[in-house]
Amino acid sequence: MNVELVLFGAFALLTLLSAGLVILARSPINSAMALVSTFFFLAGIYVLLWAHTVAVVQVLVYAGAIMVLFLFVIMLLNLGESAHRGKPTLSRILGGASAVGLLGVLGITLSRVPAQPANLGPQAQATFGTMASIGQSIFTQWLLPFEAVSLLLLVAMVGAVVVAKSRI
Amino acid sequence: MITPLAPYLPLAVVLLLAGLMAMAIPQLTTRLGPKRPSAIKSSPFEAGSESSGPARQRFAVKFYVVALLFIVFDVEAVFLYPWAVNFQALGWFGYVEMLVFAATLIVGLIYVWKKGALDWES
Repeated sequence: MNVELVLFGAFALLTLLSAGLVILARSPINSAMALVSTFFFLAGIYVLLWAHTVAVVQVLVYAGAIMVLFLFVIMLLNLGESAHRGKPTLSRILGGASAVGLLGVLGITLSRVPAQPANLGPQAQATFGTMASIGQSIFTQWLLPFEAVSLLLLVAMVGAVVVAKSRI
Repeated sequence: MITPLAPYLPLAVVLLLAGLMAMAIPQLTTRLGPKRPSAIKSSPFEAGSESSGPARQRFAVKFYVVALLFIVFDVEAVFLYPWAVNFQALGWFGYVEMLVFAATLIVGLIYVWKKGALDWES
């Protein structure tokens, strides 16, 4: 039995389980905690896909910073346990419809994936997805998008201040 | 066959040990520690002072602003890693690239600072 196959199965199962917990948990804090474990197990799947940098960023940004933000929002709104379940509100109908749409898009995409993975060769595999190779392409080939990211972050900063600070 | 997992063996060992410790230490304290409960000991601990009111209270929006700004600078820090790894190979050109990137964010930092978003008492 292949170790990678076993690990993929375990990570995939645990990702699905914790993702299910996110939507099934009654308390929003429990949902957020289940989301943290979803992010961690997804990082494991990224490692199995040779996406080392993506795995590290997943843990650093999503499981770290984004989750803190989610918890702050939950505490900011002081959400208790959801009392009325199963009532079809407009946001639930829209959410369900977009989930079905996403499932359709993912299904179409998956059916187009070639059965045989592309063979990159041992040389490419040794450096594929590492910090060094990704940095090399960011700072040479993708220079303009990289500098545009700084503008995007600037807009996000100004937006955060304008939206949140004006209401205090 | 080449596997992407080889460098992660130490990480797996650390995670396993951390998980085992997290499970073992609370178990050991409850099993081995003496149990002499009293009314004061079993009351909720709140930094030494007597607890008052419910635990769930609304948080100030200030925390949210700080968390949002933290994410922005966190993403900036993420871009520092691939640059630092290639620092020697990229040379002065890469240095100027990162200066431009950081300068844009320093403009943002100055804006945030001047707007008083970092002031806690306001």
